Amino acid sequence: MPAVSKGDGMRGLAVFISDIRNCKSKEAEIKRINKELANIRSKFKGDKALDGYSKKKYVCKLLFIFLLGHDIDFGHMEAVNLLSSNKYTEKQIGYLFISVLVNSNSELIRLINNAIKNDLSSRNPTFMCLALHCIANVGSREMAEAFAGEIPRILVAGDTMDSVKQSAALCLLRLYKTSPDLVLMGEWTSRVVHLLNDQHMGVVTAAISLITCLSQKNPDEFKTCVSLAVSRLSRIVSSASTDLQDYTYYFVPAPWLSCKLLRLLQCYPPPEDGAVKGRLVECLETILNKAQEPPKSKKVQHSNAKNAILFEAISLIIHYDSEPNLLVRACNQLGQFLQHRETNLRYLALESMCTLASSEFSHEAVKTHIETVINALKTERDVSVRQRAADLLYAMCDRSNAKQIVAEMLSYLETADYSIREEMVLKVAILAEKYAVDYSWYVDTILNLIRIAGDYVSEEVWYRVIQIVINRDDVQGYAAKTVFEALQAPACHENMVKVGGYILGEFGNLIAGDPRSSPLVQFNLLHSKFHLCSVPTRALLLSAYIKFINLFPETKSTIQEVLRSDSQIRNSDVELQQRAVEYLKLSSIASTDVLATVLEEMPPFPERESSILAKLKKKKGPGAVSVNELEEGKREGGELNGGGGERGGDNSTIAASNASTPSPSADLLGLRTGPQVSAAPPSAGSLLVDVFSEAGVNDDGFLRDLEPPTESSDSLLAEGPGDSDSAPPSAVSEDAAPPLPESNELLNKFVCKNNGVLFENQLLQIGIKSEYRQNLGRMYLFYGNKTSVQFVTFTTTVSCPGELQSQLNVQAKPVEPLIEGGAQVQQVINIECLGDFCEAPLLNIKFRYGGALQNLSLKLPVTINKFFQPTEMASHDFFQRWKQLSQPQQEAQKIFKASHAMDTEVIKAKLLGLGMALLENVDPNPENFVCAGVIQTKAQQVGSLLRLEPNAQAQMYRLTLRSSKDTVSKRLCELLAEQF
Amino acid sequence: MQFMLLFSRQGKLRLQKWYVPLSDTQKKKISREVIQMVLARKPKMCSFLEWRDLKIVYKRYASLYFCCAVEDQENELITLEIIHRYVELLDKYFGSVCELDIIFNFEKAYYILDEFILGGEAQETSKKNVLKAIEQADMLQEEAETPRSVLEEIGLT
Repeated sequence: MPAVSKGDGMRGLAVFISDIRNCKSKEAEIKRINKELANIRSKFKGDKALDGYSKKKYVCKLLFIFLLGHDIDFGHMEAVNLLSSNKYTEKQIGYLFISVLVNSNSELIRLINNAIKNDLSSRNPTFMCLALHCIANVGSREMAEAFAGEIPRILVAGDTMDSVKQSAALCLLRLYKTSPDLVLMGEWTSRVVHLLNDQHMGVVTAAISLITCLSQKNPDEFKTCVSLAVSRLSRIVSSASTDLQDYTYYFVPAPWLSCKLLRLLQCYPPPEDGAVKGRLVECLETILNKAQEPPKSKKVQHSNAKNAILFEAISLIIHYDSEPNLLVRACNQLGQFLQHRETNLRYLALESMCTLASSEFSHEAVKTHIETVINALKTERDVSVRQRAADLLYAMCDRSNAKQIVAEMLSYLETADYSIREEMVLKVAILAEKYAVDYSWYVDTILNLIRIAGDYVSEEVWYRVIQIVINRDDVQGYAAKTVFEALQAPACHENMVKVGGYILGEFGNLIAGDPRSSPLVQFNLLHSKFHLCSVPTRALLLSAYIKFINLFPETKSTIQEVLRSDSQIRNSDVELQQRAVEYLKLSSIASTDVLATVLEEMPPFPERESSILAKLKKKKGPGAVSVNELEEGKREGGELNGGGGERGGDNSTIAASNASTPSPSADLLGLRTGPQVSAAPPSAGSLLVDVFSEAGVNDDGFLRDLEPPTESSDSLLAEGPGDSDSAPPSAVSEDAAPPLPESNELLNKFVCKNNGVLFENQLLQIGIKSEYRQNLGRMYLFYGNKTSVQFVTFTTTVSCPGELQSQLNVQAKPVEPLIEGGAQVQQVINIECLGDFCEAPLLNIKFRYGGALQNLSLKLPVTINKFFQPTEMASHDFFQRWKQLSQPQQEAQKIFKASHAMDTEVIKAKLLGLGMALLENVDPNPENFVCAGVIQTKAQQVGSLLRLEPNAQAQMYRLTLRSSKDTVSKRLCELLAEQF
Repeated sequence: MQFMLLFSRQGKLRLQKWYVPLSDTQKKKISREVIQMVLARKPKMCSFLEWRDLKIVYKRYASLYFCCAVEDQENELITLEIIHRYVELLDKYFGSVCELDIIFNFEKAYYILDEFILGGEAQETSKKNVLKAIEQADMLQEEAETPRSVLEEIGLT
């Protein structure tokens, strides 16, 4: 073992690192780093050629600085030079730098690839490994293009050293993951599979990862691996703990390889060959047996390694789901772990049992552990373990234990962690519906749910209880009575008022016979809650009142009086006012017959998939129900909804889900048609849309159903979110090109303006016009053909990569596939901001021009500041809020050089273009600019304050952003620093 | 495995290894989030966390946290032992390793990791073989050593 004396490395580097460590403040650190950067820069630029050692040292310093979190924008060339050094350590540092700081600079990639190529053909195993490690670490498409052909050859060649084979296998795996189309195994397949038989355990360990990944994608081509894997596993499992020498880990033979073999087998069904299957079952039994043996060591590493294999074996047993004996044994084993003193094991046992619960062979065995699991839910100190317990209870629930489990979950909800309440509520609601034998229990459960965790009861849950009550006439009287009682509570949750208002409005007559719940008493009870409720709930209550007038003529005068009062008929909320006016008129003009027809009892809802299930399905994760299970639950629990009804398929959920997301349609429409649209805030409208959707009211004006149905010509709802993907005919199938290198720059051009030319080359010009209101936006793209030849199969796709998908909802209308020479076509894109975001959507354009495919991608200039609403405020308020946002992460600051002339008017225009309010006379220094605004996303509003301090002398700016959300401050700061 | 992070109790990142392509901004954001989450955990809690669609497996050794993010279907316990084996490798190489060794010899920590795990998968699980590979490299290094200037000896360049 070489002694690692601190001096044998690079002394200068060590000194620099200690300097950094001795810095007392961030500022001092930055100062020290800048000094070092300047020094290195001058060395690199100096006339004197640097020797390899110095180059290595400086490159290593740069790497250290980068890893500290600072940007590095030079030194790449020097690092590339190191690659071709024949001194190992220099080469090694060069490769490390490249692996960590890849730059997509194509010039460099070519040089890097050249150096790698040289090392790969050097036949020096150490150099070959370095080169392979670099490819595996970078794994870019360019590298795949250059090396995907070469590496399989290295991997299977007879004279390749073992260590090189290992690197080659994993290197190939990485390339396959990034560019599967470039890695063609074809002729190599069989030789790669046979690496499972290799003498060297390390080679098998590395190769099996590759084989598993390839098997998942091409199971048929690789299926010969099954028998090889079984025999390898069998040899390991039956070996004595010392046989495998250094591959034995704390007395467990080859735990990593064993786990990977078991994982590989999970890519396939049980082996068909009886002998192979017999051998495998034997292995699995041995693994289960070993779990019962006394441990060979007290070390946690021993038990972890042993149990890792055990859990993987159980996964395989569950995957096969065909050996009742093994399934039950697995369940018993996990049962022991449920009470183990290691938290890790309890957690994993709960998780694994969750999947066992769905097997018909082990479901009953899992159920026997119900008390232990309930106990875990109550006593575990770690919330993630409690979450697993709740998941397992949900998974093991069936008709026999539903009442107990639902009761336990309800009582747990009272103290449950906030992070898991919403999911718990959904689960309780689903179980109550799925296993309800009598509906009164179901109604009680949901009302309890609202009482205990009202804030976490989503709309889907209370919509569902109403649908069910309406569809089941035997529960309506009970429901009316129960909500009436629930509403007696002095403080009840608003969701309770909603359910109560709706149910009493429909079925209040069923309990009106009792003088304690006479019509007037019911009305007064509801109305006593009215003033405490939000607008949507009040709107719902108003509808309940008009129904009361129909149900109970004796309440007419009282209710008319309420409707007539100024607080209703002159309510500042348009929706409430409109309802009050319309209902008042309806009740005084319409005859009782007309009234009775208009306000007839709701017809049963058509069978539809529970919107709650749909919601839970979205909340992925172990314990969330699988699709199969849902289908089953439907069959079992179907009678609750009248049984046997045809389910309307996916369409049936659209109404509900649209209603719960304030759809972009209403507002965007308004945007286009100008101020005439009277629509209430989307939330108010949507509530009604759902409740009344089945009765034929399909727009936000309530009485629209009295008019003949009209084609809603430009309703955006008509085209569902998926449409934009599928709309263009599959003219061009090539992958989208990566975004143009200049696309960030193009994006920056549009931060402070909404219209202009986004892109132009010799063929095509793209112009943009866009408008934003609140969290919605609409963008018009104009594609101009600058040539005299037509473009054919013109298609565009807009995509939101990664996280952005959940932050922006972008819908692009299809565009004309043909653009004549010199012509222009237009495309409309609707944008809804769901949450704050940093990335930009990608626009990919493909078309053929004179037979050649053109494929280019740009970033659509949608940036977070587009959703600003300006906020005016006085100096005092501004600084008070400024102070409130004083946590360090709420602030982002940049000091930067002016890249344009520092003209006050231009700066002002840009700040206004940003979308914030420019506040005058706020900052004591008149040279400074301050702004305030609120970013509107669907999920939340983010208040932001800005301060820009120009320093004309130094030609510098200091920009400071403070927001209630750190990501927003940061993003705004990045965007703006590019503007001045 | 998608990435591995080593960080101190104060939340200072000491080593980061990414096995999936991500931008620098994303990497910084993820590290911040994961570090915060893991540091908030109490001692007796379990070593596994669900995070986005991944699982975080972590363990603390003295002042350092070792933390891996693996895909949902990965085996948590074996990942825990991946961490332990890496700690053993560092320990053996540096001779009872401490945080400072990793700070001052970060490049070595990266080399050892590359020999052990490549592209997010175990390449060589035998301690002996990994150390042998590193030793060989160090031999090459020693042969290549050249005399240095006085200034360099005292670390002034």
